[in-house]
Amino acid sequence: MLSKTVAELSAALDRKDVSSVELTQAYLDRIEKLNPDLNAYITVCKEQALKQAADADKQRAAGNGTPFTGIPIAHKDIFCTRDVLTTCGSRMLHNFVSPYDASVVERLQQAGAVTLGKTNMDEFAMGSSNETSYYGPVRNPWDSSRVPGGSSGGSAAAVAADLCAIATGTDTGGSIRQPASFCGITGLKPTYGRVSRFGMIAFASSLDQAGPLSKSAEDAALMMNAIAGLDSRDSTSLDHPAEDFTAHLQQSLKGLRIGLPRDHFTADLNPAVQTILQDAIKVLESLGASVTEVDLPHNHLSVPAYYVVAPAEASANLSRYDGVRFGHRAENPANLEDLYKRSRSEGFGDEVKRRIMVGTYALSAGYYDAYYKKAQKIRRLIKQDFDEAFKSVDVILGPTSPHTAFKLGEKNADPVTMYLEDIYTIAVNLAGIPGMSLPAGMLQGLPIGMQLVGPAFSEARLLNVAHQFQLNTDWHQRRPEVK
Amino acid sequence: MALDNTDVEKIAHLARLQIKQPDIDEVTSRISNILTMIDQMQSIDTSAVTPMAHPFDATQRLRPDQVTETNQRDRLQQIAPATENGLYLVPKVIE
Repeated sequence: MLSKTVAELSAALDRKDVSSVELTQAYLDRIEKLNPDLNAYITVCKEQALKQAADADKQRAAGNGTPFTGIPIAHKDIFCTRDVLTTCGSRMLHNFVSPYDASVVERLQQAGAVTLGKTNMDEFAMGSSNETSYYGPVRNPWDSSRVPGGSSGGSAAAVAADLCAIATGTDTGGSIRQPASFCGITGLKPTYGRVSRFGMIAFASSLDQAGPLSKSAEDAALMMNAIAGLDSRDSTSLDHPAEDFTAHLQQSLKGLRIGLPRDHFTADLNPAVQTILQDAIKVLESLGASVTEVDLPHNHLSVPAYYVVAPAEASANLSRYDGVRFGHRAENPANLEDLYKRSRSEGFGDEVKRRIMVGTYALSAGYYDAYYKKAQKIRRLIKQDFDEAFKSVDVILGPTSPHTAFKLGEKNADPVTMYLEDIYTIAVNLAGIPGMSLPAGMLQGLPIGMQLVGPAFSEARLLNVAHQFQLNTDWHQRRPEVK
Repeated sequence: MALDNTDVEKIAHLARLQIKQPDIDEVTSRISNILTMIDQMQSIDTSAVTPMAHPFDATQRLRPDQVTETNQRDRLQQIAPATENGLYLVPKVIE
Protein backbone atom coordinates (compact mmCIF):
# COMPACT_ATOMS: atom_id res chain seq x y z
CA MET A 1 0.00 0.00 0.00
CA LEU A 2 2.76 2.48 0.95
CA SER A 3 4.42 2.24 -2.46
CA LYS A 4 1.29 3.41 -4.25
CA THR A 5 0.98 6.73 -6.04
CA VAL A 6 -1.15 9.62 -4.84
CA ALA A 7 -3.66 8.84 -7.59
CA GLU A 8 -3.91 5.20 -6.45
CA LEU A 9 -4.10 6.08 -2.75
CA SER A 10 -6.76 8.67 -3.43
CA ALA A 11 -8.87 6.04 -5.17
CA ALA A 12 -8.28 3.59 -2.30
CA LEU A 13 -9.41 6.21 0.22
CA ASP A 14 -12.51 6.89 -1.86
CA ARG A 15 -13.34 3.19 -1.96
CA LYS A 16 -12.73 3.03 1.81
CA ASP A 17 -10.18 0.25 1.27
CA VAL A 18 -8.15 2.14 3.84
CA SER A 19 -8.64 5.24 5.99
CA SER A 20 -6.26 8.17 6.10
CA VAL A 21 -5.63 7.47 9.78
CA GLU A 22 -4.57 3.90 8.97
CA LEU A 23 -2.45 5.05 6.06
CA THR A 24 -0.83 7.82 8.10
CA GLN A 25 -0.09 5.41 10.95
CA ALA A 26 1.47 2.94 8.50
CA TYR A 27 3.79 5.64 7.10
CA LEU A 28 4.66 6.80 10.64
CA ASP A 29 5.54 3.21 11.60
CA ARG A 30 7.75 2.85 8.54
CA ILE A 31 9.43 6.18 9.26
CA GLU A 32 10.10 5.07 12.84
CA LYS A 33 11.67 1.88 11.55
CA LEU A 34 13.73 3.20 8.63
CA ASN A 35 14.49 6.84 9.35
CA PRO A 36 17.22 6.20 11.94
CA ASP A 37 19.33 4.79 9.08
CA LEU A 38 18.12 6.88 6.13
CA ASN A 39 17.96 10.21 8.03
CA ALA A 40 15.44 11.51 5.48
CA TYR A 41 13.36 13.37 8.06
CA ILE A 42 14.59 16.04 10.45
CA THR A 43 11.20 16.37 12.17
CA VAL A 44 8.27 13.95 12.26
CA CYS A 45 4.88 15.48 13.13
CA LYS A 46 3.18 12.39 14.54
CA GLU A 47 0.31 13.86 16.56
CA GLN A 48 -0.47 16.63 14.12
CA ALA A 49 -0.45 14.15 11.22
CA LEU A 50 -2.90 11.77 12.91
CA LYS A 51 -5.21 14.67 13.74
CA GLN A 52 -5.08 15.93 10.14
CA ALA A 53 -5.75 12.38 8.95
CA ALA A 54 -8.84 12.06 11.17
CA ASP A 55 -10.13 15.38 9.82
CA ALA A 56 -9.41 14.24 6.26
CA ASP A 57 -11.36 11.01 6.77
CA LYS A 58 -14.38 13.10 7.82
CA GLN A 59 -13.98 15.38 4.79
CA ARG A 60 -13.86 12.44 2.39
CA ALA A 61 -16.84 10.78 4.09
CA ALA A 62 -18.78 14.02 3.66
CA GLY A 63 -17.91 14.05 -0.03
CA ASN A 64 -15.64 17.12 0.26
CA GLY A 65 -12.44 15.44 -0.87
CA THR A 66 -9.77 16.65 -3.28
CA PRO A 67 -7.18 14.21 -4.69
CA PHE A 68 -4.97 15.15 -1.70
CA THR A 69 -7.52 14.71 1.08
CA GLY A 70 -5.90 12.35 3.55
CA ILE A 71 -2.73 11.78 1.51
CA PRO A 72 0.38 11.66 3.74
CA ILE A 73 3.06 13.97 2.36
CA ALA A 74 6.39 15.44 3.47
CA HIS A 75 7.75 18.97 3.15
CA LYS A 76 11.36 19.88 2.57
CA ASP A 77 12.53 21.65 5.71
CA ILE A 78 12.96 24.87 3.72
CA PHE A 79 9.20 25.50 3.85
CA CYS A 80 7.95 27.35 6.91
CA THR A 81 5.37 25.31 8.81
CA ARG A 82 3.41 27.05 11.54
CA ASP A 83 4.27 25.87 15.07
CA VAL A 84 6.64 23.23 13.65
CA LEU A 85 10.44 23.37 13.71
CA THR A 86 11.81 24.67 10.37
CA THR A 87 15.60 24.32 10.23
CA CYS A 88 16.53 24.66 6.54
CA GLY A 89 19.21 22.06 7.35
CA SER A 90 21.12 24.64 9.38
CA ARG A 91 22.30 25.06 12.95
CA MET A 92 21.31 28.71 12.46
CA LEU A 93 17.64 27.69 12.61
CA HIS A 94 17.94 24.79 15.08
CA ASN A 95 15.40 26.56 17.30
CA PHE A 96 13.21 28.23 14.66
CA VAL A 97 9.56 27.30 15.18
CA SER A 98 7.90 29.14 12.36
CA PRO A 99 5.09 31.55 13.25
CA TYR A 100 3.45 31.07 9.84
CA ASP A 101 2.93 28.61 6.97
CA ALA A 102 4.53 28.87 3.51
CA SER A 103 1.97 29.29 0.72
CA VAL A 104 2.86 25.84 -0.64
CA VAL A 105 2.23 24.30 2.78
CA GLU A 106 -1.00 26.25 3.22
CA ARG A 107 -2.33 25.24 -0.20
CA LEU A 108 -1.58 21.54 0.31
CA GLN A 109 -3.17 21.71 3.75
CA GLN A 110 -6.26 23.34 2.26
CA ALA A 111 -6.34 20.49 -0.26
CA GLY A 112 -6.52 18.11 2.71
CA ALA A 113 -2.99 16.68 2.69
CA VAL A 114 -1.55 15.20 5.88
CA THR A 115 1.93 16.49 6.81
CA LEU A 116 4.07 13.60 8.08
CA GLY A 117 7.10 15.77 8.70
CA LYS A 118 9.97 17.90 7.44
CA THR A 119 12.70 16.41 5.29
CA ASN A 120 16.46 16.75 5.52
CA MET A 121 18.33 18.91 3.01
CA ASP A 122 21.64 20.54 2.27
CA GLU A 123 22.08 23.57 4.51
CA PHE A 124 20.06 26.46 3.06
CA ALA A 125 19.72 24.28 -0.08
CA MET A 126 23.42 24.78 -0.89
CA GLY A 127 24.71 21.42 -2.03
CA SER A 128 24.24 18.54 -4.45
CA SER A 129 24.64 15.59 -2.08
CA ASN A 130 22.78 16.43 1.14
CA GLU A 131 26.13 16.27 2.95
CA THR A 132 26.11 19.93 4.02
CA SER A 133 23.12 19.40 6.34
CA TYR A 134 23.80 20.21 10.00
CA TYR A 135 21.57 17.23 10.80
CA GLY A 136 23.79 14.69 9.06
CA PRO A 137 23.73 13.27 5.55
CA VAL A 138 20.76 11.39 4.09
CA ARG A 139 21.47 7.88 2.83
CA ASN A 140 20.38 6.80 -0.62
CA PRO A 141 17.69 4.10 -0.18
CA TRP A 142 19.20 2.15 -3.12
CA ASP A 143 22.63 1.94 -1.47
CA SER A 144 23.26 3.37 1.98
CA SER A 145 26.92 4.10 1.17
CA ARG A 146 25.76 6.60 -1.48
CA VAL A 147 24.27 10.09 -1.39
CA PRO A 148 20.64 10.73 -2.36
CA GLY A 149 21.62 13.88 -4.26
CA GLY A 150 20.76 17.35 -3.13
CA SER A 151 19.65 19.68 -2.01
CA SER A 152 16.17 18.07 -1.71
CA GLY A 153 17.83 14.76 -0.76
CA GLY A 154 15.57 14.01 2.21
CA SER A 155 12.41 14.49 0.15
CA ALA A 156 13.76 12.30 -2.68
CA ALA A 157 14.88 9.52 -0.30
CA ALA A 158 11.56 9.66 1.58
CA VAL A 159 9.56 9.24 -1.64
CA ALA A 160 11.83 6.47 -2.96
CA ALA A 161 11.80 4.54 0.34
CA ASP A 162 8.00 4.88 0.71
CA LEU A 163 8.29 7.08 3.80
CA CYS A 164 5.62 9.35 2.26
CA ALA A 165 3.37 9.35 -0.80
CA ILE A 166 4.84 12.50 -2.32
CA ALA A 167 7.04 15.38 -1.14
CA THR A 168 7.76 19.01 -1.83
CA GLY A 169 11.18 20.24 -2.81
CA THR A 170 12.90 23.34 -4.14
CA ASP A 171 15.22 23.72 -7.09
CA THR A 172 17.68 26.61 -7.46
CA GLY A 173 20.23 24.84 -9.68
CA GLY A 174 18.96 21.26 -9.90
CA SER A 175 17.92 20.52 -6.31
CA ILE A 176 14.69 18.72 -7.27
CA ARG A 177 15.85 17.07 -10.50
CA GLN A 178 19.25 15.67 -9.46
CA PRO A 179 18.03 13.92 -6.27
CA ALA A 180 15.02 12.63 -8.25
CA SER A 181 17.52 11.11 -10.71
CA PHE A 182 19.69 9.59 -7.95
CA CYS A 183 16.71 8.12 -6.09
CA GLY A 184 14.73 6.83 -9.08
CA ILE A 185 11.70 9.09 -8.78
CA THR A 186 10.00 11.90 -10.71
CA GLY A 187 10.74 15.56 -9.98
CA LEU A 188 9.51 18.78 -11.57
CA LYS A 189 10.97 22.27 -11.36
CA PRO A 190 8.23 24.59 -12.63
CA THR A 191 8.62 27.83 -14.55
CA TYR A 192 10.09 30.57 -12.32
CA GLY A 193 7.23 32.40 -10.61
CA ARG A 194 4.63 29.69 -11.16
CA VAL A 195 4.68 28.47 -7.55
CA SER A 196 4.76 30.97 -4.69
CA ARG A 197 8.03 31.49 -2.83
CA PHE A 198 6.23 32.97 0.20
CA GLY A 199 7.46 31.18 3.31
CA MET A 200 10.08 29.26 1.37
CA ILE A 201 13.37 30.20 3.01
CA ALA A 202 15.25 32.24 0.41
CA PHE A 203 18.54 31.10 -1.14
CA ALA A 204 18.80 32.82 -4.56
CA SER A 205 15.57 34.69 -5.12
CA SER A 206 15.79 35.02 -8.91
CA LEU A 207 16.29 31.24 -9.30
CA ASP A 208 14.45 29.49 -6.42
CA GLN A 209 11.35 27.55 -7.38
CA ALA A 210 9.28 24.94 -5.52
CA GLY A 211 7.97 21.74 -7.05
CA PRO A 212 6.99 18.10 -6.48
CA LEU A 213 9.09 14.97 -5.94
CA SER A 214 6.77 12.09 -6.73
CA LYS A 215 6.34 8.45 -7.74
CA SER A 216 4.84 9.33 -11.11
CA ALA A 217 4.33 12.18 -13.55
CA GLU A 218 0.60 11.98 -12.87
CA ASP A 219 1.25 12.65 -9.16
CA ALA A 220 3.48 15.59 -10.03
CA ALA A 221 0.62 17.00 -12.11
CA LEU A 222 -1.79 16.55 -9.19
CA MET A 223 0.56 18.42 -6.86
CA MET A 224 1.03 21.22 -9.39
CA ASN A 225 -2.76 21.64 -9.46
CA ALA A 226 -2.67 22.16 -5.70
CA ILE A 227 0.34 24.50 -5.40
CA ALA A 228 0.63 26.58 -8.61
CA GLY A 229 -0.91 30.00 -9.11
CA LEU A 230 -0.66 33.68 -8.30
CA ASP A 231 0.08 34.63 -4.69
CA SER A 232 -0.12 38.27 -3.66
CA ARG A 233 2.42 37.58 -0.89
CA ASP A 234 5.20 36.80 -3.39
CA SER A 235 6.01 39.82 -5.54
CA THR A 236 7.60 37.61 -8.22
CA SER A 237 4.64 35.26 -8.42
CA LEU A 238 3.30 35.28 -11.98
CA ASP A 239 -0.28 36.07 -12.93
CA HIS A 240 -0.64 33.24 -15.42
CA PRO A 241 -4.03 31.64 -16.17
CA ALA A 242 -4.75 28.62 -13.97
CA GLU A 243 -4.65 25.29 -15.73
CA ASP A 244 -5.35 21.65 -15.01
CA PHE A 245 -1.92 20.01 -15.23
CA THR A 246 -3.52 16.58 -15.61
CA ALA A 247 -5.63 17.63 -18.61
CA HIS A 248 -3.07 16.66 -21.27
CA LEU A 249 -1.54 13.56 -19.66
CA GLN A 250 -3.32 11.21 -22.05
CA GLN A 251 -2.46 13.17 -25.19
CA SER A 252 -0.64 11.22 -27.92
CA LEU A 253 3.02 12.01 -28.55
CA LYS A 254 2.48 11.83 -32.29
CA GLY A 255 4.24 14.80 -33.86
CA LEU A 256 6.24 15.64 -30.69
CA ARG A 257 9.58 17.17 -31.66
CA ILE A 258 12.41 16.27 -29.26
CA GLY A 259 15.72 18.10 -29.30
CA LEU A 260 18.94 16.48 -28.10
CA PRO A 261 21.56 19.03 -27.05
CA ARG A 262 24.78 18.20 -28.89
CA ASP A 263 26.93 19.47 -26.01
CA HIS A 264 25.21 17.15 -23.49
CA PHE A 265 25.99 13.97 -25.40
CA THR A 266 29.78 14.17 -25.32
CA ALA A 267 32.65 12.18 -23.82
CA ASP A 268 31.97 13.85 -20.43
CA LEU A 269 28.78 11.85 -20.12
CA ASN A 270 29.08 8.28 -18.82
CA PRO A 271 28.66 6.02 -21.93
CA ALA A 272 26.29 3.70 -20.05
CA VAL A 273 24.07 6.69 -19.27
CA GLN A 274 24.14 7.58 -22.98
CA THR A 275 22.94 4.07 -23.83
CA ILE A 276 20.10 4.33 -21.30
CA LEU A 277 19.04 7.67 -22.79
CA GLN A 278 19.16 6.25 -26.32
CA ASP A 279 16.84 3.44 -25.22
CA ALA A 280 14.46 5.97 -23.66
CA ILE A 281 14.50 7.99 -26.87
CA LYS A 282 13.56 4.84 -28.83
CA VAL A 283 10.51 4.41 -26.60
CA LEU A 284 9.42 7.99 -27.28
CA GLU A 285 10.06 7.54 -31.02
CA SER A 286 7.88 4.43 -31.00
CA LEU A 287 5.12 6.63 -29.55
CA GLY A 288 5.34 9.01 -32.50
CA ALA A 289 7.99 11.52 -31.44
CA SER A 290 10.75 12.68 -33.79
CA VAL A 291 14.27 13.55 -32.72
CA THR A 292 16.72 16.21 -33.91
CA GLU A 293 19.89 17.71 -32.50
CA VAL A 294 19.93 21.20 -31.01
CA ASP A 295 22.71 23.51 -29.85
CA LEU A 296 22.97 25.21 -26.49
CA PRO A 297 26.29 26.96 -27.20
CA HIS A 298 26.53 28.82 -23.87
CA ASN A 299 25.64 25.91 -21.58
CA HIS A 300 29.28 25.52 -20.50
CA LEU A 301 29.08 29.03 -19.01
CA SER A 302 26.01 28.20 -16.91
CA VAL A 303 27.95 26.89 -13.90
CA PRO A 304 30.30 29.94 -13.73
CA ALA A 305 27.37 32.39 -14.14
CA TYR A 306 25.30 30.52 -11.57
CA TYR A 307 28.13 30.66 -9.02
CA VAL A 308 28.01 34.43 -9.22
CA VAL A 309 24.24 34.97 -9.31
CA ALA A 310 23.34 32.41 -6.64
CA PRO A 311 26.02 33.34 -4.06
CA ALA A 312 25.45 37.07 -4.65
CA GLU A 313 21.74 36.74 -3.96
CA ALA A 314 22.42 34.34 -1.08
CA SER A 315 24.82 36.77 0.57
CA ALA A 316 22.06 39.38 0.59
CA ASN A 317 19.29 36.97 1.66
CA LEU A 318 21.32 35.41 4.46
CA SER A 319 22.25 38.78 5.95
CA ARG A 320 18.98 38.53 7.91
CA TYR A 321 20.52 35.93 10.23
CA ASP A 322 22.05 38.22 12.81
CA GLY A 323 21.29 36.61 16.16
CA VAL A 324 18.82 39.36 17.02
CA ARG A 325 15.32 38.50 15.87
CA PHE A 326 15.27 34.70 15.56
CA GLY A 327 17.56 31.75 15.10
CA HIS A 328 20.94 31.06 16.67
CA ARG A 329 22.48 33.69 18.96
CA ALA A 330 26.01 33.47 20.32
CA GLU A 331 26.45 33.43 24.11
CA ASN A 332 27.73 36.49 25.97
CA PRO A 333 28.50 38.80 23.03
CA ALA A 334 31.11 41.48 23.82
CA ASN A 335 29.49 44.01 21.50
CA LEU A 336 27.14 44.20 18.53
CA GLU A 337 29.75 43.22 15.95
CA ASP A 338 30.79 40.25 18.07
CA LEU A 339 27.13 39.22 18.31
CA TYR A 340 26.76 39.29 14.53
CA LYS A 341 30.04 37.60 13.74
CA ARG A 342 29.90 34.82 16.28
CA SER A 343 26.18 34.10 15.79
CA ARG A 344 26.73 33.78 12.04
CA SER A 345 30.01 31.88 12.26
CA GLU A 346 28.58 29.37 14.75
CA GLY A 347 25.23 29.11 12.96
CA PHE A 348 26.40 28.58 9.37
CA GLY A 349 28.34 25.61 8.02
CA ASP A 350 31.43 25.83 5.82
CA GLU A 351 29.69 25.67 2.42
CA VAL A 352 27.17 28.37 3.34
CA LYS A 353 29.96 30.63 4.63
CA ARG A 354 31.94 30.07 1.43
CA ARG A 355 29.01 31.04 -0.76
CA ILE A 356 28.22 34.09 1.35
CA MET A 357 31.84 35.20 0.96
CA VAL A 358 31.92 34.55 -2.81
CA GLY A 359 28.70 36.57 -3.12
CA THR A 360 29.96 39.34 -0.88
CA TYR A 361 33.11 39.58 -2.97
CA ALA A 362 31.18 39.59 -6.27
CA LEU A 363 28.97 42.42 -5.05
CA SER A 364 31.71 44.47 -3.38
CA ALA A 365 32.67 47.90 -4.69
CA GLY A 366 34.54 47.76 -7.99
CA TYR A 367 33.67 44.14 -8.84
CA TYR A 368 29.98 44.43 -9.70
CA ASP A 369 30.45 44.81 -13.47
CA ALA A 370 33.02 42.05 -13.73
CA TYR A 371 30.93 39.55 -11.81
CA TYR A 372 27.22 40.12 -11.24
CA LYS A 373 26.55 42.16 -14.37
CA LYS A 374 28.65 39.81 -16.50
CA ALA A 375 26.74 36.84 -15.10
CA GLN A 376 23.42 38.53 -15.90
CA LYS A 377 24.58 39.02 -19.48
CA ILE A 378 25.52 35.35 -19.78
CA ARG A 379 22.14 34.55 -18.29
CA ARG A 380 20.51 36.28 -21.23
CA LEU A 381 22.68 34.37 -23.72
CA ILE A 382 21.67 31.10 -22.07
CA LYS A 383 18.00 32.11 -22.24
CA GLN A 384 18.42 33.02 -25.92
CA ASP A 385 19.97 29.60 -26.63
CA PHE A 386 16.81 27.96 -25.30
CA ASP A 387 14.51 30.39 -27.17
CA GLU A 388 16.33 29.53 -30.39
CA ALA A 389 16.17 25.77 -29.75
CA PHE A 390 12.45 25.91 -28.97
CA LYS A 391 11.79 27.38 -32.41
CA SER A 392 12.38 23.91 -33.87
CA VAL A 393 11.60 21.49 -31.01
CA ASP A 394 8.90 21.14 -28.32
CA VAL A 395 11.04 19.63 -25.59
CA ILE A 396 14.74 19.11 -24.98
CA LEU A 397 15.81 15.72 -23.67
CA GLY A 398 19.12 14.92 -22.02
CA PRO A 399 20.75 13.58 -18.89
CA THR A 400 19.82 14.99 -15.47
CA SER A 401 23.19 14.11 -14.00
CA PRO A 402 26.45 12.85 -15.57
CA HIS A 403 26.24 9.57 -13.58
CA THR A 404 24.36 7.62 -10.90
CA ALA A 405 24.50 8.46 -7.18
CA PHE A 406 28.06 8.80 -5.92
CA LYS A 407 29.53 7.67 -2.59
CA LEU A 408 29.28 9.73 0.55
CA GLY A 409 32.44 11.82 0.83
CA GLU A 410 33.50 11.14 -2.76
CA LYS A 411 33.15 14.70 -4.03
CA ASN A 412 33.95 16.71 -0.93
CA ALA A 413 37.63 17.41 -1.59
CA ASP A 414 36.96 20.55 -3.61
CA PRO A 415 33.74 22.57 -3.87
CA VAL A 416 34.16 23.11 -7.63
CA THR A 417 34.00 19.33 -8.24
CA MET A 418 30.62 19.28 -6.50
CA TYR A 419 29.43 22.37 -8.41
CA LEU A 420 30.07 20.67 -11.76
CA GLU A 421 27.59 17.95 -10.77
CA ASP A 422 24.86 20.35 -11.85
CA ILE A 423 26.18 20.99 -15.36
CA TYR A 424 22.95 19.77 -17.06
CA THR A 425 20.43 21.35 -14.70
CA ILE A 426 21.67 24.85 -13.86
CA ALA A 427 20.98 26.52 -17.23
CA VAL A 428 17.28 25.74 -16.80
CA ASN A 429 17.14 27.82 -13.61
CA LEU A 430 19.08 30.69 -15.17
CA ALA A 431 16.57 30.72 -18.06
CA GLY A 432 13.59 30.43 -15.68
CA ILE A 433 12.03 27.60 -17.71
CA PRO A 434 10.55 24.31 -16.47
CA GLY A 435 12.50 21.08 -16.29
CA MET A 436 11.82 17.64 -14.93
CA SER A 437 13.66 14.42 -14.22
CA LEU A 438 12.10 10.98 -14.53
CA PRO A 439 13.53 7.50 -14.14
CA ALA A 440 14.95 6.26 -17.46
CA GLY A 441 16.86 3.14 -16.50
CA MET A 442 19.09 1.34 -14.03
CA LEU A 443 22.85 1.11 -13.98
CA GLN A 444 24.54 -1.41 -11.66
CA GLY A 445 21.54 -1.42 -9.36
CA LEU A 446 21.20 2.35 -9.25
CA PRO A 447 18.55 4.49 -10.94
CA ILE A 448 19.37 7.12 -13.54
CA GLY A 449 17.10 9.92 -14.64
CA MET A 450 16.51 11.74 -17.89
CA GLN A 451 15.77 15.41 -18.02
CA LEU A 452 12.99 17.00 -20.06
CA VAL A 453 13.09 20.76 -20.53
CA GLY A 454 10.45 22.93 -22.18
CA PRO A 455 9.68 26.58 -22.84
CA ALA A 456 8.12 28.74 -20.11
CA PHE A 457 4.71 27.45 -18.94
CA SER A 458 5.09 24.11 -20.76
CA GLU A 459 4.79 22.01 -17.54
CA ALA A 460 1.63 20.30 -18.81
CA ARG A 461 3.45 19.24 -22.00
CA LEU A 462 6.46 17.92 -20.06
CA LEU A 463 4.13 15.99 -17.76
CA ASN A 464 2.32 14.60 -20.81
CA VAL A 465 5.58 13.31 -22.31
CA ALA A 466 6.67 11.88 -18.95
CA HIS A 467 3.29 10.21 -18.33
CA GLN A 468 3.24 8.60 -21.78
CA PHE A 469 6.80 7.37 -21.20
CA GLN A 470 5.74 5.93 -17.82
CA LEU A 471 2.74 4.18 -19.38
CA ASN A 472 5.18 2.34 -21.64
CA THR A 473 8.06 1.66 -19.21
CA ASP A 474 8.26 0.54 -15.59
CA TRP A 475 11.44 2.29 -14.42
CA HIS A 476 9.39 4.62 -12.20
CA GLN A 477 7.84 1.61 -10.45
CA ARG A 478 11.18 0.12 -9.38
CA ARG A 479 11.63 0.41 -5.62
CA PRO A 480 14.74 -0.12 -3.51
CA GLU A 481 14.69 -2.89 -0.93
CA VAL A 482 15.21 -0.91 2.23
CA LYS A 483 16.03 -2.93 5.33
CA MET B 1 41.46 35.45 -9.74
CA ALA B 2 43.58 34.44 -6.77
CA LEU B 3 42.96 36.01 -3.39
CA ASP B 4 45.30 36.17 -0.42
CA ASN B 5 44.43 35.68 3.22
CA THR B 6 44.09 39.42 3.82
CA ASP B 7 41.51 39.72 1.03
CA VAL B 8 39.54 36.83 2.48
CA GLU B 9 39.62 38.30 5.98
CA LYS B 10 38.31 41.58 4.57
CA ILE B 11 35.49 39.78 2.74
CA ALA B 12 34.66 37.79 5.88
CA HIS B 13 34.42 41.04 7.84
CA LEU B 14 32.10 42.57 5.20
CA ALA B 15 29.90 39.46 5.52
CA ARG B 16 30.14 39.59 9.34
CA LEU B 17 31.80 36.20 9.51
CA GLN B 18 34.83 35.06 11.44
CA ILE B 19 37.39 32.63 10.12
CA LYS B 20 39.51 30.76 12.62
CA GLN B 21 43.24 31.28 12.00
CA PRO B 22 44.03 27.57 11.42
CA ASP B 23 41.36 27.48 8.68
CA ILE B 24 42.28 30.63 6.76
CA ASP B 25 44.66 29.03 4.22
CA GLU B 26 42.11 26.41 3.23
CA VAL B 27 39.26 28.94 3.00
CA THR B 28 41.40 31.19 0.81
CA SER B 29 42.41 28.34 -1.47
CA ARG B 30 38.84 27.07 -1.88
CA ILE B 31 37.40 30.50 -2.60
CA SER B 32 40.22 31.15 -5.07
CA ASN B 33 39.38 27.91 -6.87
CA ILE B 34 35.74 28.97 -7.11
CA LEU B 35 36.74 32.38 -8.51
CA THR B 36 39.01 30.70 -11.07
CA MET B 37 36.06 28.60 -12.24
CA ILE B 38 33.88 31.74 -12.36
CA ASP B 39 36.49 33.50 -14.47
CA GLN B 40 35.50 31.27 -17.40
CA MET B 41 32.80 33.91 -17.88
CA GLN B 42 35.45 36.27 -19.20
CA SER B 43 36.09 33.93 -22.17
CA ILE B 44 33.32 35.56 -24.19
CA ASP B 45 32.64 39.13 -25.20
CA THR B 46 29.29 40.29 -23.83
CA SER B 47 29.63 44.04 -24.47
CA ALA B 48 26.54 44.06 -26.72
CA VAL B 49 24.35 41.96 -24.40
CA THR B 50 21.76 43.50 -22.07
CA PRO B 51 21.94 42.06 -18.54
CA MET B 52 18.98 39.86 -17.59
CA ALA B 53 17.69 40.49 -14.07
CA HIS B 54 14.54 38.40 -14.42
CA PRO B 55 13.84 35.42 -16.69
CA PHE B 56 10.80 37.09 -18.22
CA ASP B 57 12.01 40.68 -17.83
CA ALA B 58 9.02 41.16 -15.54
CA THR B 59 8.71 44.29 -13.50
CA GLN B 60 7.65 44.55 -9.89
CA ARG B 61 3.91 44.16 -9.37
CA LEU B 62 2.39 47.01 -7.41
CA ARG B 63 -0.46 46.77 -4.90
CA PRO B 64 -2.76 49.42 -3.49
CA ASP B 65 -1.12 51.39 -0.68
CA GLN B 66 -3.30 49.96 2.07
CA VAL B 67 -2.49 48.49 5.47
CA THR B 68 -3.12 44.76 5.22
CA GLU B 69 -0.93 43.40 8.00
CA THR B 70 -2.17 43.07 11.55
CA ASN B 71 0.10 43.69 14.53
CA GLN B 72 1.60 40.35 15.57
CA ARG B 73 4.53 41.68 17.53
CA ASP B 74 4.03 39.54 20.61
CA ARG B 75 3.66 36.37 18.59
CA LEU B 76 6.64 37.10 16.37
CA GLN B 77 8.84 38.01 19.33
CA GLN B 78 8.20 34.69 21.03
CA ILE B 79 10.98 33.20 18.92
CA ALA B 80 13.42 36.07 19.51
CA PRO B 81 16.50 35.29 21.60
CA ALA B 82 16.11 38.38 23.82
CA THR B 83 13.36 41.02 24.04
CA GLU B 84 12.12 43.54 26.58
CA ASN B 85 8.95 45.65 26.42
CA GLY B 86 8.46 44.70 22.79
CA LEU B 87 12.02 45.63 21.79
CA TYR B 88 14.82 43.35 20.57
CA LEU B 89 17.82 43.41 22.88
CA VAL B 90 21.37 43.75 21.56
CA PRO B 91 24.63 44.53 23.37
CA LYS B 92 25.08 48.17 24.31
CA VAL B 93 26.02 50.23 21.21
CA ILE B 94 26.59 53.68 22.81
CA GLU B 95 28.40 53.91 26.15
